[in-house]
Amino acid sequence: MAGSPHEPARTSPLSRRLPRRRLLTAAGAAGVGALVPGCASGGGGGLRFLSLAWQQESVRANKRLVAEWNEAHPRSRVTYVQGSWTSVHDQLLTSFEGGEAPDIIHDASDDLADFAYGGYLADLGDLLPDRLRREIPPHSWRTATFGGRVYGVPFLQEPRMIMANRRLLAAADVRLPTAREPWTWEEFADAAERLTRGATYGVAWPLKEPVSATLNLSLSTGGHLFHRGDDGKVTIRYTARDRVVPNAIRDQVVREKSASRSTLGMSGADTLPGFFGDRYAMVPLGFSYRQQIVQQAPRGFDWVVLPAPAGPGGDQRQGVSPQTLSIAADCRRKEEAMAFVEFLLRPANMVRLARGDWLLPTGTTALADPALRTPRHGWATGTALAGHLRSAPAQSVRGYPEWKDKVATPAFQEFYSGAIDDGELRDRLVSDGNLVLARYQR
Amino acid sequence: MKRAGPGPTDHPTDHPTPGHSRGRAALSRPSAALSRRRAALSRRRAGVPRRGRRRAARAGQYLALLGYLVFLAFPLLWLVSTAFKPPTELATLHPTWLPERPTFDNFRRAFDEQPLLRAAGNSLLTAGSAAAISVLIATPMAYVMARHRSALSRAATGWVVVSQAFPFVLVIIPLFLILKEFRLIDEPAGLVLVYVVWSLPFALWMLAGYVRAVPRELEEAAAVDGAGRLRTLVSVTAPLLAPGIVATALFTFITAWNEFFFALVLLKTPEKQTMPVVLTHFIGTEGVADLGPLAAAALLATLPSLVLFALIQRRITGGLLAGAVKH
Repeated sequence: MAGSPHEPARTSPLSRRLPRRRLLTAAGAAGVGALVPGCASGGGGGLRFLSLAWQQESVRANKRLVAEWNEAHPRSRVTYVQGSWTSVHDQLLTSFEGGEAPDIIHDASDDLADFAYGGYLADLGDLLPDRLRREIPPHSWRTATFGGRVYGVPFLQEPRMIMANRRLLAAADVRLPTAREPWTWEEFADAAERLTRGATYGVAWPLKEPVSATLNLSLSTGGHLFHRGDDGKVTIRYTARDRVVPNAIRDQVVREKSASRSTLGMSGADTLPGFFGDRYAMVPLGFSYRQQIVQQAPRGFDWVVLPAPAGPGGDQRQGVSPQTLSIAADCRRKEEAMAFVEFLLRPANMVRLARGDWLLPTGTTALADPALRTPRHGWATGTALAGHLRSAPAQSVRGYPEWKDKVATPAFQEFYSGAIDDGELRDRLVSDGNLVLARYQR
Repeated sequence: MKRAGPGPTDHPTDHPTPGHSRGRAALSRPSAALSRRRAALSRRRAGVPRRGRRRAARAGQYLALLGYLVFLAFPLLWLVSTAFKPPTELATLHPTWLPERPTFDNFRRAFDEQPLLRAAGNSLLTAGSAAAISVLIATPMAYVMARHRSALSRAATGWVVVSQAFPFVLVIIPLFLILKEFRLIDEPAGLVLVYVVWSLPFALWMLAGYVRAVPRELEEAAAVDGAGRLRTLVSVTAPLLAPGIVATALFTFITAWNEFFFALVLLKTPEKQTMPVVLTHFIGTEGVADLGPLAAAALLATLPSLVLFALIQRRITGGLLAGAVKH
């Protein structure tokens, strides 16, 4: 998708090549009309809000908020349109190209770059109300800023946490880390080793998508991998700081055998049966997996949410790509759309959305809400981390998707399974990687 | 549906999938019996080996069919099983075929969360219209292509086959723009049009085969008996083509019923969305899914195809032409 031409396609050459189009339309309409009842033009000119909420509680929260808005603002009604994370990129791309995009768009910051640079999204700079500007901290705004302009309001974010079996941890007499006193990467490795007994592995790394997991966690050890030069061009450097996390994971899998090898190819959800069945004592997973655990764990399963290991000096930074709300460039009533976004993201509403999706809000007032400070289901551990969440290292780098798919994913997969060593990993990430990036930065 | 498999294990080879082992057991038993019978046959008389061989071949065919059936049935049975499981049974290391505490909760939630009935209605309408229209168009076309062989019809057949190779993504944006020009975006009629065009080549190709199977002699006989051209077509050819027409309609219907990408891109209003699009609303990020309701909804989505097949199957198997002509 990255290379798609962003010149707005015009329809006239196509229609010129179809001289009999009226005839065709008539024929089509006659044929189809018999079976398909006529459709009223939908919406009556209201704003369309494409939402990607999918969990039961989250869909309900979104629909209720839309209903509340519509009740209070009968003149600028919003239609709730449900999309899906699996297909949102294609759906948006075709809608933008065809000029049929929804007005308010829910997406994630790492998916926005193409649309932002392509001119499909409205620059929110002049539209943003002060309250939102103040409410959301600068490091969150940075995730949705491309070329100095803001194209989305980041509102929900997901740190990677360690879901752990409390009973196994207690049996192995391992210190439980807290947000204030997290494990170092060494302590984490040590804990994993002590938890490895019989058929139980200390940890399971679900690394079907190894790149974002590795890069985001590497921020804690100061690894940035992508370095922007004074000329604005990005190059890849794999330094000692970038190596800490990948080597820690590989050592667990290959050398200590404290991490299961078979989960390397799994997605997070695939590891849950093994987690519930005592096969893995700890699983690093996104914060929202708590919902799946609550829903699917066998009765009496005692689990706890731990913060991810910290780097030197207790550095708990981590990369995230928050969920965002954007406004289409084609939207005719941008102020109204922004008013709706502002309503949706009022602190109390942001809390409702965060709870519905089991994620962390970005707004500072929302984060302080007692409902998100409860130790129950690890909420407090997560909210304590919010100040350390940064923009994912790669997300504004053009060519990143291609680098990730063609170079980094296979390289990391081979490295974690022990097929290649550290030097070879570096060579591939850097040499092959810079060739890819160079093509995007001419 | 990733997690619907037999469950992740660290030693996959130790745990053959249930369907697999079952299939193997079923396969080994009859083949042993068969070889015994074959040995006995060859001992008795030297004159029968041909019949023995034929039987062996037939048995082999049945075995292959059985293996294929197991292969096809496994995902469906797993889907049924998942649809009736409570959440705590979805993520266990040792999943069972039969839910331990079967529940209808997944169905209730699926209907609560998504407008499944409306989506099914939309799908039925688009797929049904697409099937009816493409058969209406394809039948006369196929007749001409099969009966009047010329350079043009041969070229057309070739083109029809080639056109099957175009990938979706290649056509979607131009198609979107053309439909937009005709104001057919966000209209079920537009989607029906796309489905008709999309399935027409294969429908044509399939029907042409059926037309060729109707012996020309029958039409000639009708003509000798004084039937006119139209009369021959309506009273003789059309009834004989019925199984082919039904099979083609079914094929078109199911293709359209299952189609996701065009429906996703072309229909914008939630009230118009079709079943496959609505099903994706149970899926979240990184392959996480609301598995129970998804399975329940997916099971309901497969029912129309199953029912249609069950009802129409006998018509397809045909045998209508048996003994019509002496060769």
